[in-house]
Amino acid sequence: MIITKSKPKEVVLRSVGDRKRVFIVGCGTCATLCQTGGEEQVEEMANLLRERSVGKVVVETPCDIRVLKRDLSPHLGMIESADAILALCCGAGAQAISELTGKIVIPGLDTLFLGETERIGRFYERCRACGDCIIYETGGICPIVRCAKGLLNGPCGGMANGKCEAGGYMRDCAWVLIYRRLKELGMTQRFMEIRAVRDRSRRAEPQELRFR
Amino acid sequence: MKEAYSAFMRALSGGKFVFTSEIEPKKTTKFDEIVRAANMLKNHVVACNVTDNPRAKAHLSSLVASYVIQRETGLETICQINVRDRNRLALTSDLLGASALGIRNVLVISGDHIAGGDNPGAMPVYDLDSTQFVQMVRGMVDNGTDLNGNPIDGEVRLHVGVVGNPNADPLEVEVCKVERKIRAGAEFIQTQVVFDVEKAKRFLKDLNLSVPVLIGIFPCKSHRIAEFIVSKIPCISVPKEYIDRLRSAECQGNATESRKRIDEVNVDYFSNLIKELKETTRTSGIHIMTIGYESIVGKIADVVLG
Repeated sequence: MIITKSKPKEVVLRSVGDRKRVFIVGCGTCATLCQTGGEEQVEEMANLLRERSVGKVVVETPCDIRVLKRDLSPHLGMIESADAILALCCGAGAQAISELTGKIVIPGLDTLFLGETERIGRFYERCRACGDCIIYETGGICPIVRCAKGLLNGPCGGMANGKCEAGGYMRDCAWVLIYRRLKELGMTQRFMEIRAVRDRSRRAEPQELRFR
Repeated sequence: MKEAYSAFMRALSGGKFVFTSEIEPKKTTKFDEIVRAANMLKNHVVACNVTDNPRAKAHLSSLVASYVIQRETGLETICQINVRDRNRLALTSDLLGASALGIRNVLVISGDHIAGGDNPGAMPVYDLDSTQFVQMVRGMVDNGTDLNGNPIDGEVRLHVGVVGNPNADPLEVEVCKVERKIRAGAEFIQTQVVFDVEKAKRFLKDLNLSVPVLIGIFPCKSHRIAEFIVSKIPCISVPKEYIDRLRSAECQGNATESRKRIDEVNVDYFSNLIKELKETTRTSGIHIMTIGYESIVGKIADVVLG
């Protein structure tokens, strides 16, 4: 899931500025689960903007241009008359809204990471979408995201008592977790292997995936 | 056996018990302090490390400082290079520059995490990790190519070392990692500082050694420094007995006398530790961190070497 966090209200209001007609779009998937862009948060934002809010809708998946088109179509008149759209969804959704409507989009959320949900309010980053998954070699634990330095051949010297120096030794060192997991799985040899340098070229330009 | 490019590696391969120390360039455009420190160290150590933005603080370049120390004082350097602040292009450039300037030893480090530094908003790089960096150095030195196989004009004459931490808990993970770095081609190991001789002995026993190991020590100028280590760096353990001895030395007489007593505590404590390591393990030498306490290096080395 894409984990989002609400921007402080004063930041949103500053971006809205003196615009008189704002249309609010929420997200029915990730941001609803994060409680940042569901029905309730869209309603709250409408109350905050009061008469400046000219309409609102929670789109099932605003990052999917087809669904966005479908869910925005009953509101086209309002959107047309609005002088900004407040997007309570991730950056991908917000840009899809901008692209589709041609309106200035004000992001109401900050997009944080691809995460695992323990419960509402407890989200943990688990994937950096690096495009070259190696968790088979690391006992199902991703060092790219869970090691604070993203090392492939850890741990580093900042490990103490199994904890990580980053953040003051509160979090488990990913490489100690990896070692223990591999040992449990009878795969210690994997730990000993030297993992090769990564090809970072995929990250050197905006990515697209076209297979049809 | 490969040709040794440096006095440091020649001493190690000749089986000599060696001392190295460390100089930390600061956030400055002046060289006088590093040159002063190097002059104090040069008769007591075979080489000195030059730190590279320790604790993630942006300081005078380790490469520039290493070159100046060698040029101005004749003291050989072990230039520390971290993978936190540079991608593979910058690392390659710095290694080419180091070799061209006559620097013959580099110590590869991950670098302290950027969050604890003086520019915490900076982007940490870690394009390579320290193991992969060792492999890159090997390719440059042994095959004359960069990481991507591109040929290098001229010889790269460098020895590469890595760090190990005898205090690490769990130690078995650390040992596996250090062995991995040796397999990647590291030629020597300098360790994190050790106060407890048993920790050093256990590390040396567990490590499947094929390269020389220099155990790190850190004589503290005051008990407060030792306490600071205890409170801020949990990966290093400092025995209470050592801290108490420093504290009681500080209370004796005027400032000069108290400094003399502190020196005595450090010389006694560390020379015993070193002698024990020298007699009971295959330690190749000692790396003495000083942080402004260069005067202690010669005193300890003299006692150990008789």
